[in-house]
Amino acid sequence: MMLSDRRPILLANARIVDPSRDFDIVGDLLIADGVIREAKKGIGAAGVPEGTDVIDCRGKLIAPGLIDMRAFIGEPGAGHRETFASASQAAAAGGVTTIVCQPDTSPVIDDPATVDFVLRRARDTAIVHVHPMAALTKGLEGKEMTEIGLLKAAGAVAFTDGEKSVTNAQVMRRALTYARDFDALIVHHTEDPDLIGDGVMNEGEFAARLGLLGIPKAAETVVLERDIRLTALSDGRYHAASVSCAESLEVLRRAKDAGLNVTASASINHVTLNENDIGPYRTFLKVSPPLRAEDDRKALVAALGAGLIDIVMSDHNPQDVETKRLPFAESAPGAIGLETMLAAGLRLVHSGEIDLATLLRAMSTRPAELLGLPGGTLKSGAPADVIVVDLDVPWVVDPIELKSKCKNTPFDEARMTGRVVRTIVAGRTVYEVV
Amino acid sequence: MTIAPKPAFVLSHRHLLGIEGLSLAEISGLLDLAEEFVELNRQVEKKRTSLRGRTQINLFFESSTRTQSSFELAGKRLGADVMNMSVGQSAMRKGETLIDTAITLNAMHPDILVVRHHASGAVELLASKLDCSVINAGDGAHEHPTQALLDALTIRRNKGRIEGLLVAICGDILHSRVARSNIILLNAMGARVRVVAPSTLLPPGIERFGVEVARDMREGLNGADIVMMLRLQRERMNGSYVPSVSEYFHYWGLDEKKLAYAKPDALVMHPGPMNRGVEIDSIVADGAQSLIREQVEMGVAVRMAVLEALSRNLPNA
Repeated sequence: MMLSDRRPILLANARIVDPSRDFDIVGDLLIADGVIREAKKGIGAAGVPEGTDVIDCRGKLIAPGLIDMRAFIGEPGAGHRETFASASQAAAAGGVTTIVCQPDTSPVIDDPATVDFVLRRARDTAIVHVHPMAALTKGLEGKEMTEIGLLKAAGAVAFTDGEKSVTNAQVMRRALTYARDFDALIVHHTEDPDLIGDGVMNEGEFAARLGLLGIPKAAETVVLERDIRLTALSDGRYHAASVSCAESLEVLRRAKDAGLNVTASASINHVTLNENDIGPYRTFLKVSPPLRAEDDRKALVAALGAGLIDIVMSDHNPQDVETKRLPFAESAPGAIGLETMLAAGLRLVHSGEIDLATLLRAMSTRPAELLGLPGGTLKSGAPADVIVVDLDVPWVVDPIELKSKCKNTPFDEARMTGRVVRTIVAGRTVYEVV
Repeated sequence: MTIAPKPAFVLSHRHLLGIEGLSLAEISGLLDLAEEFVELNRQVEKKRTSLRGRTQINLFFESSTRTQSSFELAGKRLGADVMNMSVGQSAMRKGETLIDTAITLNAMHPDILVVRHHASGAVELLASKLDCSVINAGDGAHEHPTQALLDALTIRRNKGRIEGLLVAICGDILHSRVARSNIILLNAMGARVRVVAPSTLLPPGIERFGVEVARDMREGLNGADIVMMLRLQRERMNGSYVPSVSEYFHYWGLDEKKLAYAKPDALVMHPGPMNRGVEIDSIVADGAQSLIREQVEMGVAVRMAVLEALSRNLPNA
């Protein structure tokens, strides 16, 4: 649903932060023909084309639209959980202008025709950009690599088996080696399924008290360590899809120090929540990998500040009551996050744990760079994917008002400070708070 | 018409186990000798007597049509008694070890044994246990010397030289004995060799073979005088080394468009058997730039030259 046509827009008198460069000013940003014309002090109403919508953004923040590196959308095959339409409404309300959807759908996104379907379906029904990752192995079975060349040519921005780890090291090595010839990024969920076993949350005292089986941190580090060695062997581009613990950061540090092409994401859940938030078996906080201890969360945030964690993503994973209103161990992992990712991240900014530009960079510039997408910047000529944020407005997360089809938010009733008030995609306002 | 090979040419080896170890003079000598057999093979009377009384056994542990029939024909034209043994009919299927097979064969007093085996080094192992001359007709991913010689002969006859030519060898380099023998031979003859393949089909360390390495065909074929395609085994195309036939053909299969990246007078070769539509398009395989049929003809001549040269070193000769 388009709230306005593509008339030029002047966002005036705002604080403009461009995390793709050292740029933090109070000024105006002019958008025309779907691209950012310029961002500077004093463009003013006089300096704009005829018919420009001049929007006073005094006291607000202007930033690049967020690019969410990891979101599960139900299409094709699970439209009851989420559609491109519903996900994009949630994204727009959360300041996310580009969704990178995951291939663990039905059918799996593992051939060029399905990539094509996703792109067309999203183009016709979504109000934000959607780019699919394709499966790394056929049918997500971890046995045979997919047509990485043809899939990339069809529009897949990276290759992943979603929430599954490729356990066969030979398959992983060959995929990394082959992907290198196409400069394709491999995104891997680093959790050994055998070490997970029947575990459902972080292994340790808290799990023991709840009487739940734990998942050791080694389930993550064993796979990550292996992958780093295989990346060194193959010279490929590797991205750890979702790291959860301090021990993984040591592994990443060594890989980056060795000059390997290795990057990593952490989910918004892992940088803002810990295992104690599970409280009385709250299944909306059951995620994969599991929430870890507070020390791990702090280490992840510090790593984000230091650039060791490149990206923060929503790990948006809609689950309905049938899969969540169950005993903790039997419920499906996953939490929605598109609409609350920025607000939750701003908690870290307000508490002084990281600065604003770092958060925005991890949610826009870095994903754009890694995926080869044009956004994540406010430079002249960049696509006009822009958000306007009121950093100081308090609000309470009400699941009923969330636009996602599923309401499994871990921030149920949480108090937030800071909210998107306008989202612009390709020069069109697709969301605004009136 | 009588053909009189230069009697002066003598190989310094009892066996032909690989191109590795042959001197430039020996390679050239074999090619010159083969030229003479090309002429002979085009006569009505193709029969020679230099191997009369000799026994040649073709021992093929791996099935082969063209190499085996080519060796058989070569031996027969030189007058040898030729026996073909393939693994399907032999004791090896019943669990006999390679060494026992060698001992058994040795007792039959063959003069020349032509061996193909799926394991690299197996031919060398056999040769060390046998009294006769052994010719490697392909061992694992190691060497296939007569293929490299016939390829060189084909190139020399069509381009007039080998030195200075740019030869692009494309496809499954990792598993290819043809590639290894050709790299050694072509380098020895002064050609520039470039290998072109996806990284999964390149053996680590290949860049230290004295070859240029390219991962895509546009870069790899640029300026090539010879485009040598390799066969991709079916079991390697479905996700293990490359994702699929269609992706492989799209990026690495030789079609007219990719051949246009090479020199306009580039010539196309393939050791056979071809997978049409996998590594090579029929239009190119059967086109004016293709030498593929000529390679087969050269195969017989080269194998005659090798048999002839080795027979000169046989005892009591």
